Amino acid sequence: MLYINCPHCGMRSQNEFSYGGDASVKRPELNKEVSDQEWDNFVYNRKSLRGKHLELWQHISGCRQWIKVERDTATHEIFRTFKADEEVA
Amino acid sequence: MTQAFRIENGGLINRDKKLSFKFNGKTYFGYEGDTLASALLANGVHLIGRSFKYHRPRGFFGAGVDEPYAVVQLYRNGETEPNIKATEQELFEGLEAKSVNCWPSVNFDIGAINNFLKIFLPAGFYYKTFMWPKSFWYRIYEPFIRKAAGLGVASTKHDKERYEHKYEYCDLLIAGSGPSGLAGAYAAAKNGAKVILAEDKPRFGGSLLTSDVNIGNQSGKDWAEGIIAELKTMPNVVVKNRSQIFGYYDHNMLVMSEKVSDHLPSTKKYHPNKRLWYIRAKEVLISSGSIERPIVFGNNDTPGVMLSSAAKEYLKVYGVLVGRKPLVFTNNDSGYETAIEFKKYGVDPVVLDSRKSAESEIIDEAKNLGINIKNSYVVVAAQGYKKVKSADIASISDDKKQLGKIENIQCDCICVSGFWTPTIHLASQSGNKTKFKEEIDAFVPGQSKQNEITLGAANGVFSLDETLKTSFKAGSELSKKITENNNEIAIPNVVEKKSSQHDKFWCVPLPKGKNYKRFLDFQNDVAVSDVEIALREGYRSIEHVKRYTTLGMATDQGKTSNLNGLQLVSEIENKVVPAVGHTTFRPPYTPVSIGAIVGREVGKHSKPTRKSPMHSWHEKNNAVFVDAGVWLRPRYYKRGNENLFEGSKREAKNVRTNVGVCDVTTLGKIDIKGPDAAELLNRVYTNAWLKLPVGKARYGVMLREDGIVMDDGTTTRISENHYHMTTTTAQAANVLSHLEYYLQLVWPELNVNVVSTTEQWAGAAIAGPKSRDLLQKLFPNSDVSNEGLPFMGYMEGDLFGVKARIFRISFSGELAYEVNVESDYGNFMWEKIIEVGEEFNIQPYGTEALSTLRIEMGHVAGSELDGRTIPFDNALEGLISKKKDFIGKRSLQRSAFIAEDRQRIVGVVPLDKQTSIPEGSHLVKDDKAPLPNPKLGHISASCWSVEYDNPFSLAILKDGKNMIGQKLFAMSPLKNKVIPVEIVSSHYVDPKGERVRS
Repeated sequence: MLYINCPHCGMRSQNEFSYGGDASVKRPELNKEVSDQEWDNFVYNRKSLRGKHLELWQHISGCRQWIKVERDTATHEIFRTFKADEEVA
Repeated sequence: MTQAFRIENGGLINRDKKLSFKFNGKTYFGYEGDTLASALLANGVHLIGRSFKYHRPRGFFGAGVDEPYAVVQLYRNGETEPNIKATEQELFEGLEAKSVNCWPSVNFDIGAINNFLKIFLPAGFYYKTFMWPKSFWYRIYEPFIRKAAGLGVASTKHDKERYEHKYEYCDLLIAGSGPSGLAGAYAAAKNGAKVILAEDKPRFGGSLLTSDVNIGNQSGKDWAEGIIAELKTMPNVVVKNRSQIFGYYDHNMLVMSEKVSDHLPSTKKYHPNKRLWYIRAKEVLISSGSIERPIVFGNNDTPGVMLSSAAKEYLKVYGVLVGRKPLVFTNNDSGYETAIEFKKYGVDPVVLDSRKSAESEIIDEAKNLGINIKNSYVVVAAQGYKKVKSADIASISDDKKQLGKIENIQCDCICVSGFWTPTIHLASQSGNKTKFKEEIDAFVPGQSKQNEITLGAANGVFSLDETLKTSFKAGSELSKKITENNNEIAIPNVVEKKSSQHDKFWCVPLPKGKNYKRFLDFQNDVAVSDVEIALREGYRSIEHVKRYTTLGMATDQGKTSNLNGLQLVSEIENKVVPAVGHTTFRPPYTPVSIGAIVGREVGKHSKPTRKSPMHSWHEKNNAVFVDAGVWLRPRYYKRGNENLFEGSKREAKNVRTNVGVCDVTTLGKIDIKGPDAAELLNRVYTNAWLKLPVGKARYGVMLREDGIVMDDGTTTRISENHYHMTTTTAQAANVLSHLEYYLQLVWPELNVNVVSTTEQWAGAAIAGPKSRDLLQKLFPNSDVSNEGLPFMGYMEGDLFGVKARIFRISFSGELAYEVNVESDYGNFMWEKIIEVGEEFNIQPYGTEALSTLRIEMGHVAGSELDGRTIPFDNALEGLISKKKDFIGKRSLQRSAFIAEDRQRIVGVVPLDKQTSIPEGSHLVKDDKAPLPNPKLGHISASCWSVEYDNPFSLAILKDGKNMIGQKLFAMSPLKNKVIPVEIVSSHYVDPKGERVRS
């Protein structure tokens, strides 16, 4: 079971969180012309990375905040966690 | 019966407490502190079961977790548990056990004929033989294999025992209480670290209980007892026996199974049977020791052949002789230690040492005691069927390929030592890449992966002095990092005998003309020849060899067989062992009972139960409940002998003619506040929300980004910046997360707050032509006329002194209202509605009537919004705004979504107006078409229309728009039904929606 450092609450076990997928996906702006390809990439196309991955988790049984977690998908090592509005350098 | 093999004195058992127990129906006696195995051996019982495949007689091989043979069916306090290792089960008064895998009895087992058929049952036999004809599989092969396979029998009764889960945190978790674990725990505890020390056996001390060593002028055992006694007094230390750490998971989470009650005749009141500990440790010290491995020779599975360390443990811990004429067969000094112990108790062993010569303090002691030692000698084969009677032995050449003349020597047990295999399971589970250590012919942990360190025998270090030094040091350094204390500990002086180098010899060659079975894996009857076959047939990866032969599988997971299997593969393949590699170590290390894994989450505790504030009223009024997610909802209110069909029909009819009331508390409710609330709704819903006036409700549909309908419901503008959203019962949690996602990550600039208020409001839907009359009586001071509270209107009212929210919304398609009050007043509201409604012939209605009402109106619900449909499919395209963007809008341009023959909701009526159509039925054009019959659509919901008194269903049908009036067939192979049907509009009743506005 992963041990995730919620930037709002501190170290918490994985069973307090729910997984939210790739955090690097950016939703196209509203009311903007979007090509089929661009939209498909946003809705469907994901890289299945082996290694460092920035992903979203929601602390559903805690503060209910969405957070970003930098995790290795092969080793499960967690490097850093970020608040929803924090820019990842 | 007397305990003929129990020595007069010695052992750690409590001879003052005699216990009686039964094995295969016969009564025996043992002592408190025995295991079932030691007590049976004390009584001279060596035959305990039959082997898995060939049904060969099985005895005892080990004295602990590594035991491959002695698996029994245990009976305790009226319950039974299969596959219990007799070597681990502690004896208690009244224990009963039976042999497994034999019929009619362990002494006369019909399945033993497999032993003579063994030439036909080689590795892969099942894969090759039971392949065809295909039709034989279910009827003949599978039942046969099921009967023949497996060991014990699981109970079919409800388990009365209780199991608990516990979450714990510590600085240092220590797996194993041998010398390394004790030293590490002591040093860390002295530095003030929070320590958990776990030992799987009842007694602490590990190898110190049986080894002849001296620590700080005390025997090893006494030193261990002193340390444990001191640790137990320290508040920062938890010491647990009967507790096996069986799994090492991510981020230093380890799981331990504590056997709280298995050693007692029955579980104490309020105690669990087992407790599962989830432990998050900052540091982990793996001091799990090592397991002796066998040497492979002919008939090495005969009862009486056992590990030399086990023989020593039975003698020193339990005061039991495993034989009176022991033969010790060894390739290292450990065998001598066992021989010396035998000799000390007046038994004369013979030692066969595969080494040409060896000299050490231990061997000198054996020689001085006058023990008969034969160097360059091996056991070729054990003789005897149900028990060892003698051994064929021979000298062996220096290259270990040639056997000398075979001699027969009388013996009643053969104690084997093929050196030691470190227990690296936990380290490997942690992700540690193990490495092969040439000096010990075994794998040891390599670079630590998580915060784990492996020390002592588990790390391939067999010197006590070195183990203690490194473990004290590790304990104090690991704890120093955490507590910043640095209390020096004097390392005690160690006296131990030096041993000599072991012989890299593991398998005795077959003598000319003999074809003895030489077993590698005792639990699964995997012999040398089986692995040879697997390799001959092209299996190369050790993982494939394992699965083809079953080497290293089942309850012992190859604890005694894996390394010898690797040795064999490496020899045949002409590779070194590390190049072959080992199979992956996966948790659990030892079998864990399902009850412990499940814990308290059984029966009604397997999920939470949510009840509305009106639940007790429903109960008192004969509600029959149905699970709606985790909610319990009234399905119908039973009157007399009514069944579901009759009751729900009555309730639905009463709504259409008079007035009904339905508990709608379960609907998800989300409170939305903030200056940008309208903007959020406008982006989330498909229709327009910016111009909704205060005091008005609107129906909305929300999509996922892929265009699929996510949920629907009404949202009401309570005040300028305050909205009340409702969701379906099932999607409430998902919709809240969905809103939070967009607010926190996508549009953080929107100034809006959302919070769930599902639990805060109790809701009652009042529906039917007389609902307004009732409402007026409930709220005499409010104007609830069609003008005062029009369709989709909202107002606040006073319900006999309680503040209420009144929404004019309708799911039933009738003139209807929803009244919400704070949950604490829910029951008050409900009772008032029933009381005041009496003169209007009010009846409460449940979810079944609710479904009937919505289905015949063509209103969609979860069975249509099933995660596969878009708004068009549900005839909701009128709600899609063309002027604004919203979540999922772009996806609606996908070609499949705008196809001419896109699926769409329709109504379905059986031609005979009699036969109800099962939900899930497929709609097809031709009921006689060959399979697979092309499916045009499916029935999503069915009811008995109370308006027309005939069955009516909703369906999602391909090209549904143009199918009205067509005749099709509804087919349900599950219910074996073919029903001719006509497709009609989904709005079966009141298609113009006049009633809700009346």
